[in-house]
Amino acid sequence: MAIFVNENTKVIVQGLTGGQGKFHGLRNRAYGTKVVGGVTPGKGGQDVEGIPVFNSVAEAVAATGADASFVAVPPKAAPAAILEAAAAGVKFIVCITEGVPAQDEARVFATLKRDYPHTRLLGPNCPGIISPGKCNIGITAGEIAQPPTKGGKNVGIVSRSGTLTYQALFELKQQGIGVTTCVGIGGDPVPGTSFVDCLAEFQNDPETSAILMIGEIGGSAEEEAAEFIKANVTKPMSAYIAGVTAPAGKKMGHAGAIVSGGKGTAQGKMDALRAAGVKVGANPTEAGELMAQIIKSLK
Amino acid sequence: MDLFEYQGKQYFASFGIPVSAGDVAHTVDESVAIAERIGYPVVVKAQVQVGGRGKAGGIKLANDKNEVRTHAGNIIGMDIKGHVVKRVWIERASDIAEEYYASFTLDRAAKQHLLMLSAQGGVDIEEVAAKDPKAIVKLHVNPVAGLSESAAKKAAVDAKIPTKAQDGVASILVKLYDCFVKGDCDLAEINPLILKPTGEVHALDAKVSLDGNAAFRHPEWEPFAATQELDEREQLARDKGLQYIGLDGSVGIIANGAGLAMSTLDVVNQVGGKAANFLDIGGGANAELMTSALEVINFDTKVRSIFINIFGGITRGEEVAKGIVEAMRRVELRAPIVIRLDGTNADEGRRILAAAGISAEKLISKPTMLEAARTAVAIANGKSGN
Repeated sequence: MAIFVNENTKVIVQGLTGGQGKFHGLRNRAYGTKVVGGVTPGKGGQDVEGIPVFNSVAEAVAATGADASFVAVPPKAAPAAILEAAAAGVKFIVCITEGVPAQDEARVFATLKRDYPHTRLLGPNCPGIISPGKCNIGITAGEIAQPPTKGGKNVGIVSRSGTLTYQALFELKQQGIGVTTCVGIGGDPVPGTSFVDCLAEFQNDPETSAILMIGEIGGSAEEEAAEFIKANVTKPMSAYIAGVTAPAGKKMGHAGAIVSGGKGTAQGKMDALRAAGVKVGANPTEAGELMAQIIKSLK
Repeated sequence: MDLFEYQGKQYFASFGIPVSAGDVAHTVDESVAIAERIGYPVVVKAQVQVGGRGKAGGIKLANDKNEVRTHAGNIIGMDIKGHVVKRVWIERASDIAEEYYASFTLDRAAKQHLLMLSAQGGVDIEEVAAKDPKAIVKLHVNPVAGLSESAAKKAAVDAKIPTKAQDGVASILVKLYDCFVKGDCDLAEINPLILKPTGEVHALDAKVSLDGNAAFRHPEWEPFAATQELDEREQLARDKGLQYIGLDGSVGIIANGAGLAMSTLDVVNQVGGKAANFLDIGGGANAELMTSALEVINFDTKVRSIFINIFGGITRGEEVAKGIVEAMRRVELRAPIVIRLDGTNADEGRRILAAAGISAEKLISKPTMLEAARTAVAIANGKSGN
């Protein structure tokens, strides 16, 4: 099993005729993902290497039966694209767009919650999701992900940082550990899907034996995760938090990663996770090694 | 992007929030001219983005032309905690009956807007929060529903704002919320929000932080961006479109992705070094970007070694390697490079680096992040890299 997406997930790409959408959409298809359509207003009837393009998400869904969407459009257009997908009945939306204003993210999140409570948004500004061997939506290079071994002990990954998501996949591959699903939730101020959402799914997924979590400075998402873990997660976990040495008051690359007013420090987050029973590594490699020990102890 | 007080007040004014009459001056003569125009007494306020201006002597009351001349003369050029005062804000002095506090931010945990309102203003709100948390009213505002006048009034009542000021405060809260949302602020704060003896409510200070991601729909922000105070390295990096933050160590850092860059800083620290900077070159580590990144790092005279930490996902290892080789042809580097290249096609990338004929003193390749960090730190600390 996998969480959120699997071999049956049918995906449309919003922005398939654009540079990013085409590049990643085709890569996702090459990986084996069922990419059934694309959406670009005004370009309905065309195709991108055999993938039919539609004028609207509603048309695309009606024609293909898609249940997931990959939003790869510029920041100005992303909020409307997400809401269009939700209105068309798409249940799982992945938005990789970087640079969406925080006010738009807050408004989109509140709108989804009010009008489309059964739709899940992943992102914006996230690398996407991969259930290795089954489905890859987003920008992750599929070859660095180790598919799960049947009947073996496999790991679920949830990460707030893009490149560290790949690093985490890579570390587990080095250790020969299979991954059920790897979710990159993104580091923006209002992510559609949180650590807690993913932890709850992994806890309930029979194929996932342990969970690797990658966090970073800023906000309080890791602290909330720690509370949730304490109360609800029985599966063993390892974690890494980036930004121990980040100076206060400076944004580290994207809007989410900032230590302000003494809040959101890496140390505070590591302490909270340790108190919840999570094994915390000092760097991504150590977190991978800790996970290898966990997996060994399970056998 | 953090605004100066004068910019914050101008921004507030554009949303109808009452602020004191005033203008910004760069010289003593300009200061006097503004004071003459708006009438005495005036307050001369240093424009720096750091707290504690008043204590440092950066805020002075002036009753006439001569006092303006003296105070502006003292304040312009003054160093306040490392910030040199380039501008002063001259505004009409206000009589103050009471001081309150009001702010809007995004509560990331609740994924909603957050109003904080207190009848105890004019002091550090963190201190109020620590001493008397009940003195601050916190109200979540749903980003779709927005803030109604009646909800704002209720907040004012709950915060024990006196009856005579409640309507004035509520009216400003609605405008401040409008500024926060339509103005794309990360933070919109008034401290103090004052009640005048005449009964009017008015913003005496302005702290505004803007969301850079929204710049595309705010052409009026351009003058704000022009006054951002960056160090020389940060300015150079911005001109080249790089995500760079200057730090004070000796190991120059280049990584792809913010998380990996932060992680690189951490690992350098763990093995006994200090990073000179944070630099995220993003996904496409091509020759152009790598050249720009190396130029920025090279500009920093404290750098003793350069740690390039690349994890190829979409970006393939051989492209990164070609980029580095090309960049090293273009830039004469003052410090050796230690590179860790992993991920997609990393083997081929390493082969290209090895075959480029660059001397082992200038370019050292290490297989893992940790080993590369150790080598970079050893070089920076004056020890042999091997």
